[in-house]
Amino acid sequence: MPADLSLDYSLLTPEFCLAGLAAIIVALDLFVPDFRKEWLAYVTAAGLLGVLGLSFGWLDVDKDFAGLLFIDKYTLFFRVFFVATAAAVVLMSAQFVQERLRHPGEYYGLIVLSTIGAIYMAASRELLSAYISLELLSFSLYVLVSYAKLDARSNEGGMKYMLLGAFSSALFLYGLSLIYGSAGSTFYDDIAASYANGTESFDLGLLMGLVLVLAGLGFKVAAVPFHMWTPDAYEGAPLPITAYLSATSKAAGFALLLRLFSGAFMPVLDDWQWMLAALAAITMVLGNLVALQQHNIKRLLAYSSIGQVGYMLMALAALSSTTASALLFHMSGYVITNLAAFACIIAWYNLTGKEEIAGFRGMAERAPLLAASLTAALFSLSGMPLFAGFFTKFILFQAVASEGFLWLAVIAVVMSFVSLYYYLIVIKELYISEPEEPGRLAVPSLVSALTVVLVAAVFWVGIYPRHLYEAAEEATRLLFA
Amino acid sequence: MQTGYVLLATIAIPALTALALVLVPSRYPNVVRGLSLASGFALFGLSLYAFFAYQLADGDQFQFQLRWDWVENVGMLGEDGITLHLGIDGIGATMVLLNGVVTFAGTIISCKIEHRNKDFFVLFMLLVAGVFGVFVSLDLFFWFFFYELAVLPMYLLIGVWGASSVFPTFVRTKEYGAMKLTLYLVGASALIFVGIFAVFVEADLGTFDLPTLWAHAEAGGFDPNFQKIVFPLFLIGCGVLAGLWPFHTWSPDGHVAAPTAVSMLHAGVLMKLGAFGIIRLGMQLLPEGAEFWMPMLITLGTINVIYGAISAMAQSDFKYMVGYSSVSHMGYVLMGLATLDPVGVDGAVLQMFSHGVMTALMFAMVGALYDQAHVREMSIFGGLSQRMPRWAAFFAIAGLTSIGLPGLSGFVAEFNVFLGVFRTYPALGALGVLGAAITAVYILRMLAVAFFGPQNDRWADLKEMTRLEMAAGALLIAFIVFLGVFPSPFVDRISDSVLLIPGVQ
Repeated sequence: MPADLSLDYSLLTPEFCLAGLAAIIVALDLFVPDFRKEWLAYVTAAGLLGVLGLSFGWLDVDKDFAGLLFIDKYTLFFRVFFVATAAAVVLMSAQFVQERLRHPGEYYGLIVLSTIGAIYMAASRELLSAYISLELLSFSLYVLVSYAKLDARSNEGGMKYMLLGAFSSALFLYGLSLIYGSAGSTFYDDIAASYANGTESFDLGLLMGLVLVLAGLGFKVAAVPFHMWTPDAYEGAPLPITAYLSATSKAAGFALLLRLFSGAFMPVLDDWQWMLAALAAITMVLGNLVALQQHNIKRLLAYSSIGQVGYMLMALAALSSTTASALLFHMSGYVITNLAAFACIIAWYNLTGKEEIAGFRGMAERAPLLAASLTAALFSLSGMPLFAGFFTKFILFQAVASEGFLWLAVIAVVMSFVSLYYYLIVIKELYISEPEEPGRLAVPSLVSALTVVLVAAVFWVGIYPRHLYEAAEEATRLLFA
Repeated sequence: MQTGYVLLATIAIPALTALALVLVPSRYPNVVRGLSLASGFALFGLSLYAFFAYQLADGDQFQFQLRWDWVENVGMLGEDGITLHLGIDGIGATMVLLNGVVTFAGTIISCKIEHRNKDFFVLFMLLVAGVFGVFVSLDLFFWFFFYELAVLPMYLLIGVWGASSVFPTFVRTKEYGAMKLTLYLVGASALIFVGIFAVFVEADLGTFDLPTLWAHAEAGGFDPNFQKIVFPLFLIGCGVLAGLWPFHTWSPDGHVAAPTAVSMLHAGVLMKLGAFGIIRLGMQLLPEGAEFWMPMLITLGTINVIYGAISAMAQSDFKYMVGYSSVSHMGYVLMGLATLDPVGVDGAVLQMFSHGVMTALMFAMVGALYDQAHVREMSIFGGLSQRMPRWAAFFAIAGLTSIGLPGLSGFVAEFNVFLGVFRTYPALGALGVLGAAITAVYILRMLAVAFFGPQNDRWADLKEMTRLEMAAGALLIAFIVFLGVFPSPFVDRISDSVLLIPGVQ
């Protein structure tokens, strides 16, 4: 237990603002009938950008809230990261929600609420706070995935996601209870201290706890063999929510994992390192190989994101301050790239209603900006230079190799090569196949602007990422203190 | 003025041209052409300047150096970390000149492209930027960055602007050629990727700076066993791009499917990136590994020469013949490198230049014919030299260069290679000469069948090649003759630098 319980509520101001924003959005939709619904997205995005600016007010703070939530550089990094991601997703959703979904207020409200959960997953240094934050994120997502009420696929995906999610939460919670039993505390620092002083050679409770925690969180980040829900949830969810799943939900899972394993379990590294290495290896291999078979772009990106999870798990397996910063660096690049890809896919879906890969035929003729941006994003995901993927993968793989896991890096390089094939198949449809109908499509200027901004960010990370990498380094520096 | 900006410009000009072209509306194809031509010309001028301003007297191995910090003191990166470090030695200077010449010629040829010409030039300029980047980079990270960048646009360049080959029993589609080429090259670069990781970890200096790593290697920093394990990664990884047998099959399929300018640049310059990589990453970084593996390389190189030449002899399609002849001629480069003999390695680098301009000329001429006739079957033509006398003369010069006629570049290069090989592996030298004899067979047969002999009336309306094609061809021929009759500017630059490669004696 921390000696003094400091209850400095001002540390949590950005999240209070987010909660307020969510309430305002829902209220606007419910109680102000004259309010034009299509403005909700922009109000939400403006609010999120306001909070984004506000977050920098806690730039050099390193304090904790009752020993549960730590507001430090790491939390700041993820605050900015999640709020910016939410803003991008909200902007992408605007047209989609207006045309295809009902009750926009709750939709945007839930996105904002889930962001709070994601931020606190990064901020928690106590098992139960971490768990509650995780559930806040998950519950919002269960609803959002099944938001297209009249679409059977959305209902099916949502149901699967919720059932398996609840199951995995139960595993996670059981794992936490075993660890509490073994270490005698739920605070990360106390757990680490208890294991650092421990003399016991074999601790079954700890081992079982670790297995269950990894299984539970493995579900959340979609690591093989706990990935079964991913393709269905991705396919069923409304497109912007698929984007959100692939970005925030994964990143938040890793934020929690990194804080937990670096904070609490470093002294028992030998007990879990092999588990994570094995998970990473099968996740990379299976995700990328199954992606080769897909015909639907959402399922393709679902499996490709599983492959990406494998690369990130690799960094956790080789956990050190070097790989931690590389992990954050790669994750940022991946999320930016993925958002850019989804921005194009959503815009194309709004224009044509197609989400099969074959339905992308001739996008280069009909919507050149979208085709070029999507191509850039896909090349980035496959790790080609000029784009984020090359630089971040290079750093991540090199960091993993430097920590003595060259064999994992070799698998990653090979799988990264495999992934190029299925991205090229999509690019082939965009550029080489003839369009089904002639004629340019008019892409709304806001969508074009968002796409250009995201693609510019992909180039920025791919060419001169010094600042991002340094930010990732600063964020993770104190994790291992 | 810091002279390193010349090298920076060779990367920045094509990259900025690509960016500028993105902003040009596609309804102005002539603006696109003008801008690309201007940039091609500027690159040609810069590369000439870099080549001739290279100081022979300077003891410094690398000139025109420029060094900008990029990322350092983060994670595993130390004080030097990743730097944008540029510089050329005599080998680099020769390659920069080659790329300048072929790029300019390729830009001229590409002016006839009508279909989405803006997109074409954007990708083409990215390719050019990547190639220049590899030749001038002295940082392992950026070296690999540009190496991959040179592969990146190939899929679309071939897939969109290429042409499928129809054979009596099967079709080789352009998509097939594009995918095969891309997957081979990216797959091979996975090996380089792993090699880089291993070198970085083993050196444990926290930097990707090549001169630092080379110095570390010369001081015996890399364990001989480590070198023997890692060298094949670089050898095969780079070798695939150099057309190393048995990984060469992407080359004919890819180059045949590609549009003319892309074949020119790819066979003419990109394949040299592979050989260049063997020098930079293999021989300079892991000299003891090189010594250990070179007997294997010279064997494979000899197979390249003979196998490529025999395959070329079996082709009835102009472009496939040129494609296989590239495989055969790259074999001489590999043989020359594998001798680790100063004359042999000189010859290899000369052959890189010679083959680059020669094969670019051949592909340009094949393209000039194909654009009119839309077939490339040699046997259905006849008497082309009467319909298109200048075209025939240009093509014949390229053919004679590849046979190694004295006075043309091929002679100088192959002579040096053979001399080096005879000094080290006499038996294989004899086989190499045999390859040159087979080359004579297929080239002379092509001349006899398609260029001379009775005219075929089906081709009565074939016209002489256009002015643009003539300009590009003349430019390439000028350099073929230049190296053929006055090789000393090349030899002086190359031989000094070759002597500084560890293990070459």
